[in-house]
Amino acid sequence: MSVLVFTENWDGKFKKISFELVSYASKIAEMLNVQTVALSIGDVQEDELKKLGNYAADKIISVNNDKLKNLDNQAYASVIAQVAEKEGAKVVIIAHNNTGKALAPRLSVKLKAGLGAGVSKLPSSVEPFTIFKKVYSGKAYSNLVIKSDIKILTLSQNSFEFEENVKSPSIESFEPALSDDLFKTTVSNVQKQTGKILLTDAEIVVSGGRGMRSGDNWSPIEELAELLGAATACSRPVSDEGWRPHEEHTGQTGKIIAPNLYIAAGISGAIQHLAGISSSKCIVAINTDKDAPIFEAADYGIIGDTAKVLPDFIQAVKELK
Amino acid sequence: MKILICLSNVPDTTTKAKFVNDNTAFDTTGVQWIINPWDELALTRAIELKSDAANSIENITVITVGEKDVEPTMRKALAIGADDAVRIDAEPTDAYFVAAQIAEYLKSNPFDLIFNGIESADYNGSAVGGMLAEFLNIPSVSAVSAVNIENSQVKIKRDIDGGTEEVTSELPVVAIAQKGIAKEPMIAAMRGIMMARKKPLNVVAPVEVEALTGIVNFELPQPKPPCKMIEPDNVKELVNLLQNEAKVI
Ligand SMILES: Cc1cc2nc3c(=O)[nH]c(=O)nc-3n(C[C@H](O)[C@H](O)[C@H](O)COP(=O)(O)OP(=O)(O)OC[C@H]3O[C@@H](n4cnc5c(N)ncnc54)[C@H](O)[C@@H]3O)c2cc1C
Ligand SMILES: Cc1cc2nc3c(=O)[nH]c(=O)nc-3n(C[C@H](O)[C@H](O)[C@H](O)COP(=O)(O)OP(=O)(O)OC[C@H]3O[C@@H](n4cnc5c(N)ncnc54)[C@H](O)[C@@H]3O)c2cc1C
Repeated sequence: MSVLVFTENWDGKFKKISFELVSYASKIAEMLNVQTVALSIGDVQEDELKKLGNYAADKIISVNNDKLKNLDNQAYASVIAQVAEKEGAKVVIIAHNNTGKALAPRLSVKLKAGLGAGVSKLPSSVEPFTIFKKVYSGKAYSNLVIKSDIKILTLSQNSFEFEENVKSPSIESFEPALSDDLFKTTVSNVQKQTGKILLTDAEIVVSGGRGMRSGDNWSPIEELAELLGAATACSRPVSDEGWRPHEEHTGQTGKIIAPNLYIAAGISGAIQHLAGISSSKCIVAINTDKDAPIFEAADYGIIGDTAKVLPDFIQAVKELK
Repeated sequence: MKILICLSNVPDTTTKAKFVNDNTAFDTTGVQWIINPWDELALTRAIELKSDAANSIENITVITVGEKDVEPTMRKALAIGADDAVRIDAEPTDAYFVAAQIAEYLKSNPFDLIFNGIESADYNGSAVGGMLAEFLNIPSVSAVSAVNIENSQVKIKRDIDGGTEEVTSELPVVAIAQKGIAKEPMIAAMRGIMMARKKPLNVVAPVEVEALTGIVNFELPQPKPPCKMIEPDNVKELVNLLQNEAKVI
């Protein structure tokens, strides 16, 4: 029996979330007294695969098949299910990102396994299997029991304090059965975002709202982000106005993120905006209005004009380095 | 081509979450109910597609698993421009239950293009669409930001983690919609509201399905300590606190 983790890689290198997932899975495996098995799909070299052992994977299964070059939800879900069956998985752990949200529900039906979506903590008990998850877009949480024999959990990115725990896992390659009728989609025109820190992966995010007044005023946000190694984000009206690209829109109807530090410049803190950022570990607000609701969500606040505060911020960070 | 939109009935996004019965049930007192924002955008896109005769879309149907109190929200969808509505008469106990009900209905009432939203604003499961596709053994495409029809083929743009892709799919397909699918939600016109009263809203009986999860209770987030205010001419102090107190830079 095992806890199975579905890892993700980017051009053959594991994403940070994969280590988070393996570490999280190993803690559940401990609670259940079973093994942690990590599944990798794609062309990943042995040196890289071994890295999963640093976060307590006992066994690594590598699937490298040309048919799986593109993400086909049906085919991928089938591969994960085959491995889950082979390894007697009791719990399957997947990331709560675009890929995970596409695969976990399909797998849930395949394995008749109840889904706990978007967890950020370990289960409070394994008998009954009780998880804690965000509901109402972060305005509340619920304790949820998963009643099925097999359980699937999707873990929110950047939510779990993962730690090294070095093991020397066995590595095994696996050839899944991949019948043609699993592939009903074709992918073309792949555009990969390169060179930029992905908003959902970023540990620090610098974000601007309507208080920035115009898309032409974004250079201090970009400069501060560059200095801090941060990604840039914005509120919905800013992307609606075309001041910033849509990928940067955070909130209920945009991206949901949980960085270590979220800097909100000229953002009022509407409830729909907070729905996307309230899980951030530390929130800084810069706003001219002392009554702006963002200050209720923030840890640190400055009542002031972004046109003055941001350049000072940049200066202070430069002095630090 | 026939389009189906799975519609979730959710509290208005400004609603404060409160609970009753020992924190085991959502307090619906005074709550305004709306079409889940993603579903509303998907409906908008469906109507846009139908308005182009070249796409030959016969029909747009909305479907909800819910009890009678969801009907006003379904009428809103009819007023915006859906042609008919189906309500599966059951309390939606979890995503698996909801998907199984819709799948059962679709087995005898097929559609070509099925829209779901990426996430329902209540339970935030991001689950029903993918589950539905697996129950029906049909493809699903998630995080969809554009849908077009070219020569009766459905062309979908989706986000992957760190990029975008164009996907062509066999039909039927479940498209799980997110931001971008339509620009702004369409609003019902007076004429639409009048017509909506006469459009069919069919109620069908549920099938027996066991939910795989159950809610024990709800909790409100811990209150945050008050925000520490820093003087605007002392941004250095902020940077110092971020480095040495919060330890985030
Ligand atoms: C169904 C629905 C979904 C939504 N989803 C989202 C979502 O996902 N994300 C989202 O962001 N919004 C969303 N919204 C919109 C949301 O309600 C707010 O309208 C929006 O978040 C406001 O954006 P803002 O803070 O940039 O602008 P505003 O609310 O206009 O705030 C601007 C702020 O800047 C301050 N300011 C002005 N000048 C300066 C200056 N020089 N220096 C410093 N501060 C200054 C002002 O005091 C004000 O607080 C949604 C709304 C609905 C109805
Ligand atoms: C009394 C009561 C008890 C409940 N108990 C539970 C529980 O124990 N566990 C639990 O997970 N949920 C429970 N729910 C929530 C409810 O069943 C949700 O509607 C369902 O779980 C789907 O939520 P989701 O967040 O997974 O949807 P998501 O998968 O996030 O929704 C995505 C999309 O699926 C479609 N969709 C979602 N719901 C419906 C629907 N009802 N009809 C048609 N299409 C839909 C929409 O297109 C939506 O955009 C309960 C609800 C009630 C009223």
